Amino acid sequence: MRGDVAVANGSARASAKAEAREPSGGLLTRADRAALLRFMAMMRAAEERGLTLYRQGKVPGSFYDGCGQEAISVGSSFALRPEDRMCILHRDLGAHFVRGVTPDRYLANYMGRADGVTGGKDGNMHFGDPQLGCVGMVSMLPDMAPVACGMAMAFKIRGEKRVAMTYFGEGSTANGQWHEAMNLAGVQRLPVVFMLENNQFAYSTPNELEFVVDPVERAHAYGFPGVDVDGNDVEAVFAAANEAVGRARAGDGPTLIGCRTMRMHGHGAHDDMSYVPPEMFEEWSQRDPIDVYAKRLVADHGFSADEVDQIKAEVKEYVADCAERALASPMPEPERATEGVFADAWQKLGNGDAPWSRWQSENGSHGANGASA
Amino acid sequence: MTTTETAASRQPPAQTDEPREDITYLEAISEGLRDEMRRDETVICFGEDIGAFGGAFKVTDGFYEEFGAARVIDAPLAENAIIGAAVGAAAEGLKPVCEMQFADFIACGFDQLVNVAAKLHYRQGVAVPMVVRLPSGGGFSGGPFHSQNPEAWLLQSPGLKVVAPATAADAKGLLVSAIRDPNPVCFLEHKGLYRNVRDQVPEGEHAVPLGKARIAREGSEASVIAYGSSVPLALRAAEELGEDVEVVDLRSLCPLDTEAILASVRKTSKVMVAHEATRSCGVGAEVSALISEEAFEDLDAPIRRLTAPDVPIPFSPPLEQAVLPQLDDMKEALGELLGY
Repeated sequence: MRGDVAVANGSARASAKAEAREPSGGLLTRADRAALLRFMAMMRAAEERGLTLYRQGKVPGSFYDGCGQEAISVGSSFALRPEDRMCILHRDLGAHFVRGVTPDRYLANYMGRADGVTGGKDGNMHFGDPQLGCVGMVSMLPDMAPVACGMAMAFKIRGEKRVAMTYFGEGSTANGQWHEAMNLAGVQRLPVVFMLENNQFAYSTPNELEFVVDPVERAHAYGFPGVDVDGNDVEAVFAAANEAVGRARAGDGPTLIGCRTMRMHGHGAHDDMSYVPPEMFEEWSQRDPIDVYAKRLVADHGFSADEVDQIKAEVKEYVADCAERALASPMPEPERATEGVFADAWQKLGNGDAPWSRWQSENGSHGANGASA
Repeated sequence: MTTTETAASRQPPAQTDEPREDITYLEAISEGLRDEMRRDETVICFGEDIGAFGGAFKVTDGFYEEFGAARVIDAPLAENAIIGAAVGAAAEGLKPVCEMQFADFIACGFDQLVNVAAKLHYRQGVAVPMVVRLPSGGGFSGGPFHSQNPEAWLLQSPGLKVVAPATAADAKGLLVSAIRDPNPVCFLEHKGLYRNVRDQVPEGEHAVPLGKARIAREGSEASVIAYGSSVPLALRAAEELGEDVEVVDLRSLCPLDTEAILASVRKTSKVMVAHEATRSCGVGAEVSALISEEAFEDLDAPIRRLTAPDVPIPFSPPLEQAVLPQLDDMKEALGELLGY
């Protein structure tokens, strides 16, 4: 794989272009598969680097990651077109990378630096780049579900074939706003895709204290499909998301995709996970989404072990460079603290990257390879 | 949703030289909203029972027929979904005008309003041009859940603009400006004024800028700083007392026209702040603090506040009247201030 350029700019466009789609492989080219691995590895590497920065005292507050859940944000966002919109949550860094956020901006955001996505106004994963079609999350969950419904309402009212996608954990399904959003989406048949990440715990609270019936089963009560997938299988997540996105784009309404996974780190870096039974942790360790996919690429898709290792090594190097850039970013000027409470004018959201080879010809200036190469 | 656009079939009446008949505060809100929907196809209405039914107070009566179900959207009974979806739609280029059936129910949508809508531009540079219409206020035995004046809740949330018209002309003009503003604007429309206030409202284009107070009555002996339902109350009290009292109608609570407040204080040197909302940490407290910080040496008397006491709004008429400021209360307080 000629992954170096693609790694640097967070996409696989250059290499995908050169390769024909696999005749029997369906929707994904070889380059797409490399990209899926690359984005998952990038999320892992960036979060590991962020955790190190936290332990070095360079991250104010705490640190939150999505270790073990990489397949969900990467696989689902990979199905989107540039003009689709997202509300990305705190275990879903991979979706930011797929849409075009670079790790330096993510790490700078964690450190409260001027070059972070929010310029220091908000921290950790509470960001979204409006220029890349993302309205970022707040701490209250699942507040972005109604917001995603609203974006989908705008698409529907204007007759546009566009889709909104958002994420939430199973913990969020206990909150009334979850019901409000599901019901509104169902009643209005909105072009929205809900990604439900059941990572087994809401902070320390296990599934059996969260609900009696798996929340993905509630979808039919709202009048739309609920799909259950292995959240650690990036291609399974992609396939389910792609089908849901297609259904939404065709005017056939929302889908709830329930992804079974496991949060392999604490709720935050301050959480020692003492509530997780060791055997449960051990069992899920065997199902690491990156390891599983790397093995499958070698076993089923003609990748060599060296190629896979090279992708991971290149990602690591890229993330290390990004970390240096983030560390070089200044702290924001204190005067900025009182700026920007009110807007002077509305500004159109920009489009996100859409690295899936299927959309290559449709990518604009914020297309799959951007201009960063 | 089906798009049954009939906007073109209904045009505003032709302009004439004849003075227009006075219209009510309620009719003025409808007119401002209808005008903006005709002018700008990105304006949509979203709320409970606002479609074919025309809204609990009939503000959107006829809108469904004129603009269709795609732009006049009946929502499920879910205030957070209404406000949250409005945020998403606004970020994507629509201008949603949400109706809370009663202002009290903003409590059920408060999270989306204060945590998502209010903070989005500050945190992420995403502007959300949206209006939340809030039928507020008491005086009709609505009880503790259909009578509240929630402005202090809203004013403690940076990122929200808050307006509270007292006349029909301002009800139209402020709503038009609120719709055109790129920020979330809370529009407090006092239910007691809906059909009791009636005045000259300019036909066609009429926008009153947010953040500009109005001198409702010129005077030199004392100033009443008021908004919403307290403005007509102050005007009537001043008339009945026959005193030279100035009445400043704030119109906007955020942004607040501090210059107009201070100018009136410097002119009269005696001030009362009047509002129907409860007392502690209310607009009266803020305005009083502003005056003592900026115009202390211009004062000839302690600043007075005429407000509801810090209690829920009770149901039974004598209890409600004991809580909400009445004309006699205003006259008495004003008399004391003038006599200081």
